[in-house]
Formats: sequence, structure tokens, C-alpha cells
Amino acid sequence: METLSYRHKAQERAAGSKSLAIIGVVASGNLEVLVERLLPDTECQVDINTAAEGFGAVWEAVVADFVERRSPGGLKLSINDGGARPDTVALRLAQAVRLIEEEDR
Amino acid sequence: MKSWNAQKTTLAERLADGRRYASGKTIEVVDLPNFLEAVIRPADRVCLEGDNQKQADVLAAALADVDPAKIHDLHMVQSGVVLPEHLDVFEKGIARRLDYSYSGPQAARVARLLFGGKIELGAVHTYLELFARYFVDLTPNVALIAAVCADRDGNLYTGPNTEDTPTVVEATTFKSGIVVAQVAEIVDRLPRVDIPGDQVHFVVEAKKPFYVEPLFTRDPAAITEAQVLTAMLAIKGLYAPYGIRRLNHGIGFSTAAIELLLPTYGEKLGLKGSVCTHWALNPHPALIPAIESGWVEQIHSFGSEVGMDDYIRARSDIYFTGPDGSLRSNRAFCQVAGLYACDMFIGSTLQIDLQGNSSTVTTSRIAGFGGAPNMGSDARGRRHPSAPWLQAGKEADPDGPPPLRRGRKLVVQIGETFGDKNVPLFVEKLDALTLAEKLNLELAPLMIYADDVTHIVTEEGIANLLLCRDKDEREQAIRGVAGYTDVGRGRDGKMVRRLRERGVICRPEDLGIDPLDADRSLLAARSIKDLVRWSGGLYAPPSKFRNW
Repeated sequence: METLSYRHKAQERAAGSKSLAIIGVVASGNLEVLVERLLPDTECQVDINTAAEGFGAVWEAVVADFVERRSPGGLKLSINDGGARPDTVALRLAQAVRLIEEEDR
Repeated sequence: MKSWNAQKTTLAERLADGRRYASGKTIEVVDLPNFLEAVIRPADRVCLEGDNQKQADVLAAALADVDPAKIHDLHMVQSGVVLPEHLDVFEKGIARRLDYSYSGPQAARVARLLFGGKIELGAVHTYLELFARYFVDLTPNVALIAAVCADRDGNLYTGPNTEDTPTVVEATTFKSGIVVAQVAEIVDRLPRVDIPGDQVHFVVEAKKPFYVEPLFTRDPAAITEAQVLTAMLAIKGLYAPYGIRRLNHGIGFSTAAIELLLPTYGEKLGLKGSVCTHWALNPHPALIPAIESGWVEQIHSFGSEVGMDDYIRARSDIYFTGPDGSLRSNRAFCQVAGLYACDMFIGSTLQIDLQGNSSTVTTSRIAGFGGAPNMGSDARGRRHPSAPWLQAGKEADPDGPPPLRRGRKLVVQIGETFGDKNVPLFVEKLDALTLAEKLNLELAPLMIYADDVTHIVTEEGIANLLLCRDKDEREQAIRGVAGYTDVGRGRDGKMVRRLRERGVICRPEDLGIDPLDADRSLLAARSIKDLVRWSGGLYAPPSKFRNW
């Protein structure tokens, strides 16, 4: 197991009013993302628990692109990773933001 | 005195030698090796019909069984090197030289025999190119072909897998060569005549069907979310804006995903009738839901596909069929159709370099090309306009005078940034180049040349190479959709941002694609069984695809 954590400035607050959302499953080649609206509007944090060690540089690149492309201000994302490929990680992160963007009802 | 008819004289001698083993035109399987030794001469050019799908397997086994002291130094000219026997003839010294197109299942052994010096390689061709050479400088002296059945006069019924047969027979028989056909049975009356009997010299009753490989069946259960996302990008970012009606698909999972998204995602985008109506395509089972939903007007096929016979028979408005009701395929004509009458080719590959050259060759596997380089190339002889062709031409040369500006075929490479076993799709140097150096080849075996590729689609987005104005832009556009591969991470962030602003790179979010839609539930069929249901029970998948 390896634990990684990245904190970034975000351009904009994530839309919507839901306080949390979860997507994906912890399985081989897959991952689970829990997203919570816990941080100031200009901050974004991504915490990663991964089964595959030694991929820090790739995670850093995936997370940096995610923050730039999706502006997830105010969100803390927690990842349980079962050794997913970077493209799967990027997709799940995008999906997590889309889920929390929905209005709470 | 010079004889102007020496070939006809030789043919008559060979026929007389062969007839010693024949009753009428019929040869028994047990007599085959002796018969072949009688009609074949050392150093002959021989086409042992190995197509993409159907194989003259009984004739292949017999040829591998002849005495190398009598028959040797043959020059094999065949499109597919598929069966072990196709290579046994080289190992035994029966054959020496090889010109071919495709060697999927034997790719590793072809590489070993090449390195071991057992095969003297002429060239690896595209199908159409090899067929062309059959009529110029690679005309067979002997063709060993496969059909479903024959009558006593040698008329042949090929069934749905006509494939290469008419081309091979045409080149051989009309240049005084010998044609020997393997059939499952000899019957009194054929369902239809695919090859006229006066073009066929001998027939062997194999008493079993020829071997056919189910090459075009993709189990929807294996399609990933990334492939669904990539397919959405292709449909919304290419099919819709260019209005692609006439096209060819490769055989990978990425294009199977596109086929399965037409009745769902394509429907939602309102594209039915304006894209994907006319195809040069094998009978892909994955296209059944789109056909059943009314997307497709017609399909011409290179070959057939195992299990599709009854479905095709029941959908003769869509497919080309004979008076007997079954499919008539023809590889040469369909390749021509793909080259001249389609506005788009889209397919997967194994490696793409920084300029967009692509290859499926690795140093331990020489799989050949098949038809992709022909499909995946701009036809310089094309003269008829169409909207997508003109649009692509305009993007490549915006300042050129329209009446003199060539159009362009859309040649699209599609894939996931990381392929099977997490191998990156994008590389700095193609294995094909390393191989060419190792084997001293004059040409590296490239599947598609960079200057023919117009777009690259991955789950990261679409790179429109028509809009790139120089080598640097091209490289950064490719790096920009290469994701987190080493090539992708080596991109110049600033330049990629500029390319995105110009629409050279298009991300899913630029097209308004919701990542939540990238879900397998968007596939019209999620299993082989779903495809059977869509077909109303007419599609009969081969047993290896049945898990119920």
C-alpha cells in the first residue's frame, strides 16, 4: 500500500449543493472515489490509497490535470485504488465532480 | 523457332500428369501428395488459398506432405499465412520464397523463420496490392483453393466466404496455370455458381468443411468504460460534424463500441440517417443492433463471419446475396470499395509514433497488414466529391483554390492510451523501425503512414492532424491526446493549450460529453446473448462465444 496526498489551488468552486458523492468500486484495475465538500472554495485536495506502489509521478500528473480541467474548488476527494490505469482514474475523478455538481434534494 | 504458346503446352503436360490420379476432375484425398507432385514443378509460384478467414486446409496439409526432393524452392504467393502447414512447407524446404499480406496467428513463427533464414521474404503487402501483383509479376502457376461444394464439371459454390477465390482463379487460370479446388462435397446441383467449372481443373472432395476463423466477433462484455468514452468522442466529434455516411470500421473493441452506441448515444444526438448508412464491412455481429434500429442502408463485405449466415439471409436488403439467399463476399471488390467509395476509415493499432506513423508489428511478431493500409490511405485517384471529403480537404489546405483542391479521406486511428497489459499506444520509436534495421529491410512495415492519418482519438480527446501546420504542432497534438504515457507526459503544456483553443485538440468536455455517460449501460448490447436477442435468434454465435 502507498498513501499519497495532493493539495491544489482551484480556479472555481465546484457547482451544485450536494455535500458528498461516491463512485466506482475497489476492484482490480478499478477504484472508488469519495468526494466531499469540506474545503474553502479555492482549495482542492486529493488523498490516495493505492495498491500499486511507485506511481507517484503519474498520480501527480493525473491530479494536476484534473484540477486544471474540472475546477473542483472546495472538494476533498479520497481515492481507494485497486491498481487502476491512469485513464480510468481520470474518468472516475471527472465523474465524481459531475455527481457532486447535481443539486441536493 | 520461338514458341509463343509454351505455357499452354506445359499446362497440357501437367494436366495429363495430374489426370493419372483423377476420375474426371475428381481427386481422392489419399492421392493428393502424389497428385501435387505430378502437377507442381520446382520453383513454381503457388497460391495456397489462405484468406483472411477461409483456409484450404486439406490442400495445405497435402502440400506440406510432398517429397522435398521432388518439389522444392516454391514461391508462395498468398494473402494469409494462417495455418501451421503454411509455414511447415518452408521448414521442410518445399518452399523458399514468400509474398503475403497477413499472418495473424502465425506472426511469431513467421518472425522466427525470417530470422532463421528459412523464409526468403519478397514483401508484405496489403490485400489489394498482392492481388494486383497476381496480374503483373506474381501470377501463380498453381492455385490451391477452397469452396463449399462442386459439381462433376468443376463448377464451384463458395458459400458466404467467397473472399479471395475469384481473384486467385482469374489470375491463375487465364494465364495457363492450374486450379485445384478443395470442397466439402461433390453434389449434382449447386446452390449457385461462384466459379465457372471451365476455370477449375481438378476438385478434391475433402468430406469436411474448410476451416474458417471467426475474426470479427467482439464480445460486448469485454468493452471498457474508456472505450465507451472514446466511442462517444468519435461519434460526436467526427461522425456528426463531418457527416460520415460511407465508411469502413476496423475489427477492434473501440470500433465495436461505436457500432453498439449508434442506437443509443447516436439516436440521442439525432444522427440516424445522416451517418453510418453505407458500409464496406464484414458482417460484424456488433452492428446488428444498429441494423435492427434502421441505421444501415447497405453493407458490402470482404468475407463473411461465423454464425451470421441466417441473419444475413433474412436481411437481403442490407447485404449482397446470391439467388440462393446466402452472402456473396469478395475481398478484392470490397477493398476497392473501401479505398474509393468510403469517406472514412477508423481502426485500432498497436503503436503510434510522434508524427502519427502507426504499426502493428513488434520485433517478435510480424502480423502483416491485411487490408488496413489500403482502407487507411487517401486514394489519390479519387475524383468524386462528397461533403466529408471536401471538408477534410479544406481543413488541410484552407487557402487553396476550392475547384483545384483535392479532398481528403478521413483516416482515423482510435485506441486507449494504454492497451492490452498496460502497454502504451504511443511510442518515440516504432518497433517496426527496429525490425527493419535488424532484417535489413528497405521499408519499415508501417500499417498507416503519418501523412495519411487525419485524426487520432483516445479517451483523452481527438487530435485533428489536418489542422496542424508544422511538424511541432503535429507532435504536440499527438502528445496532447497521449494521456499519461511517457509520450503524453512529455507534452508542452502551453502549446497543447493553444492547440486546444484552435480546436486541433478536442477534449470530452469541449464536446459537452458528460463523463457520467461513459458507462457500459450505454451499449445497445452488453453481451453476445444480447446480440442474439437483437437478431431475433437469427445470429448463431460460435460456441467459444457462448457462456450460457
